[in-house]
Amino acid sequence: MAAITENDGLMRAADGTPLKQALARATRMNKARAFLLTTPLLAFILVTFILPIGMMLFRSIEAPEVSEAFPKTVAILEQWDGVGQPSEEIYASLAAEMADPENRFKLGKAGTRLNYIESGFRSLMNKTVRRIKRVDAGPYKEAFIKIDKRWGETDTWKIIRLAGDPYTYRAYLNALDLTQAPDGNIVAQPEIKQIYVTLFERTIFVSIGVTIACIALAYPISYLLATLPSGTSNLLMIFVLLPFWTSLLVRTTSWIVLLQTNGVINDILVSLGIVGTDDRIQMIYNMTGTFIAMTHILLPFMVLPLYSVMKTIPRDHMRAARSLGANPAIAFGRIYLPQTIPGVGAGSILVFILAIGYYITPALVGGQDGQLISNIIEYHMKKSLNWSLAAALGGILLAGVLALYWLYNRIVGISNMKLG
Amino acid sequence: MANGNQPFVQFKNVQKTYDGEILVVKDLNLDIENGEFLTMLGPSGSGKTTCLMMLAGFETPTQGQIMLGGTELNNVPPHKRGIGMVFQNYALFPHMSVAENLAFPLEVRKLTKAETEQKVNRALDMVELGAFGDRRPAQLSGGQQQRVALARALVFEPDLVLMDEPLGALDKNLREQMQYEIKHIHENLGMSVVYVTHDQSEALTMSDRIAVFNDGKIQQLAKPADLYERPDNAFVAQFIGENNRLSGKVTAVNGTGCTVEVAGNAVQSLKVNISGQGDISTLSIRPERVQLAPAPGSLPNIFDAKVLELIYLGDHIRCRMACCGDDEFIVKVPNTHSNTSIAKGDDVRVGWEIDDCRALDA
Repeated sequence: MAAITENDGLMRAADGTPLKQALARATRMNKARAFLLTTPLLAFILVTFILPIGMMLFRSIEAPEVSEAFPKTVAILEQWDGVGQPSEEIYASLAAEMADPENRFKLGKAGTRLNYIESGFRSLMNKTVRRIKRVDAGPYKEAFIKIDKRWGETDTWKIIRLAGDPYTYRAYLNALDLTQAPDGNIVAQPEIKQIYVTLFERTIFVSIGVTIACIALAYPISYLLATLPSGTSNLLMIFVLLPFWTSLLVRTTSWIVLLQTNGVINDILVSLGIVGTDDRIQMIYNMTGTFIAMTHILLPFMVLPLYSVMKTIPRDHMRAARSLGANPAIAFGRIYLPQTIPGVGAGSILVFILAIGYYITPALVGGQDGQLISNIIEYHMKKSLNWSLAAALGGILLAGVLALYWLYNRIVGISNMKLG
Repeated sequence: MANGNQPFVQFKNVQKTYDGEILVVKDLNLDIENGEFLTMLGPSGSGKTTCLMMLAGFETPTQGQIMLGGTELNNVPPHKRGIGMVFQNYALFPHMSVAENLAFPLEVRKLTKAETEQKVNRALDMVELGAFGDRRPAQLSGGQQQRVALARALVFEPDLVLMDEPLGALDKNLREQMQYEIKHIHENLGMSVVYVTHDQSEALTMSDRIAVFNDGKIQQLAKPADLYERPDNAFVAQFIGENNRLSGKVTAVNGTGCTVEVAGNAVQSLKVNISGQGDISTLSIRPERVQLAPAPGSLPNIFDAKVLELIYLGDHIRCRMACCGDDEFIVKVPNTHSNTSIAKGDDVRVGWEIDDCRALDA
C-alpha cells in the first residue's frame, strides 16, 4: 500500500483511510492479544494486592462505630453549641439509644472507639449502659450525672461529638504522636504515649545505615564479580546468591547462634582472651543484632544491580582515563564511580525500601530496642486490635516510600535504574 | 626529548607471557624514531596489541625493558607516561559531553580554565567537530566518535600517541577518509605514532615503517614499499598483498640468484631466504609482475599455463591459471585492447623476471 498525501496534509493509506488509523487497525489484534495474556496477572494483583491495601488504608480513616450506635444523639449533638452541659433532649436521646435492645452489639464497639480517644471511656459506657436501662423516665440529665459525674462535663460530650464523625484522620494523628483535644484542637500526646515518631525515626536511621553498609560491602565484591574471568565470577556469584536459596528464618537463627552472649563469636573472643568471661559483648537482641542481620540479608539486593551496571562499563574506560593522565583515584572517582551511580541508586532504593518495612528479623533478633515500625504495626494488628492505627502507621510508611521513589526519580531518574 | 643517537622508543629483549607457559611476545627488539609513524601489523594473536599495551603501561613485560626518551618505563605508572592513546572502541566517557571528555586530560594536569577551553576548542576544530562540544558521545555517529577519541588523545600534546585498531569499527569509505586524516594530523603535529592494525592496506597507506608481527615475533620491519616488493619470508609475502606461491627444491645457487625446481620446471629466482642447495623453498611472485605472452627468450622464466577462470574487475582482469603445478596461480592482466582476447580454457605462456621471483623459506 502506498502512502498518499491528500490536500489536508494527512498521510493516507492506499484505500484513503488516514495512515494512523490504518496502523491502529493493523496492530489492534496484537495489542488485544497481549493485553489478554496479562489479564490473569492484572486480576491477581488487583485481588491480592491493590484491593486489600486499599481496604486497609480505608480503615485508617473510617470510624463508623459511634455514629452507628447513636445516630440520633450524634445528629442532635451537631447542633450543640459546646458550652456547658448539653440539653435534656440529648441526654434523653442517648438514654433511648443505649436502652435499645437492637443496639446491644454496637454499644461495645462504640465504647472501644471512644476509648481510643479518651481511655476510661469504655468502662464509663459499660457502667452507664447497665444502669440507664433501669431509669424509666426523665429527667435523664440528672440520672446520667448520678451514674457518673463525667456526664456532666463538657469534654465528655465533645468527645462523643468528635467520635460521631464516621470519617476521621485521628488514627494518623495518633501515628504521629498527636491527638485531638475534646475541643478539636490538635495537640501532642502526653510524653509517655509518644512512641511512634521515635520508632519511625529509628526505622529510617536503621534503613539508611543498612543501605550505606550494603553499599560499602557490595561495591568491591560487585567490582570483582564484574572484572574477574567468567569461571571465577560465576562461582563467586553462587556465593552471593546462596542466601537467596536459604530460608530467611534459618539465616536469622544462625545469626542468633553466632552472636548471642554464649554464642560462637563471644566464645572465640573469650578463648582468645580479648574479652573477659563476665563482660561478654551483647551483640544480639538489640540494635546491633538487627543491624548485622538485616545488612547480611539485604546484601544481595545491592550486589545484583551494582554488578549488572559494572558489567556494562568497558575496561577501556579506566585505561583511557589512566592514559590521559589521571591517577587511579581520580580515574575511579571521575570516570568509574559516576557510571555506576544508576546501580548504586537502584540497589539503594531496593535495600532501603525493603529495610524500612522489615519485620521478621527485628522481631527475632531485635530484642526491646531493636524493634522497628513494622513490629508495632504487627502488634496493633494482632494484639491491641487497633486496626485503624495499624493502617495509619502502614499508610504513613507507604507514603514515605512513595515520596522517596518520587525523590529518586527527580534526582537520578527511574529510567536510569538497572536491576540485574 | 630523545638525544641524537638514542631512539625515542626502544623495546629491549622484551618478552611477555600471561600464563607462564606460552610467550605471546618473544624477545622483541624494536626502535622507534622521534616523529615516526610506525605500524604494528599482524593477524590477531600475533602479540602486536600486547606490545602496545606494554608501551602504554597496562601490561608489564615479563622480561626486558621498554625505554621512552631515554628513561626506562617499566616502573612508571600509565598516568605518568604522558602517552596519548586511541582505543579500539573509542572509550569515550559516556557521562561527559564531548568538550568535557577533551578537557579531562587537561583538568587532571591542572591547567587553568582559559587554557583548557582554548586547547579543547583547538582540538575540536582540528577534527572539524567545533560545533559538537556540548553533545554526549552517544549522540554522535561512529566516525564522529572516532574523531573525538583522536582529539582527546592529542589535546594534551603528547609526544607519542598509540592507536589500537582505531578504525576497526568504521565502514570502508569512512575508514579510508579517516586514514588520510590521521596521516595529515601526524604530518602537521609531528608526534610519534604507534599504530596497531590487522588491515594491511591501512598499514601501507599510513605508515613510515611497518613491523609485521606473527607468532610473537617481528617478521619484518621495513618501509611499506620494501615490505611489499621485498618480503623477507613467506609469511610476509603472503600477508602483505596478493602473491603466488610456488613450492620447490633448490637445485643450484649462483651469486644472488638460484634455481628452484617446481613441478619439473627450473625457475630462476632471487636468493632471499634459503641457506643453500637442497633446501625446500617457497617462491613468491606478485600477480601484477607476471607478463602474459612474452616474446620467446625475452625473459629468463617463461612457462606454459592454462586459463582456468577470468574475473572482470574493471581496470584489470584477474586471471586464475594452472602454471608450474599450481592451480591457484593468479595473473593480473591490465585491461588493454591486446589483452581482452583471452578466454577460459586458453593455453597461454607466462613469464617473469628473476628479480620478481623471490626464493623464501618453506
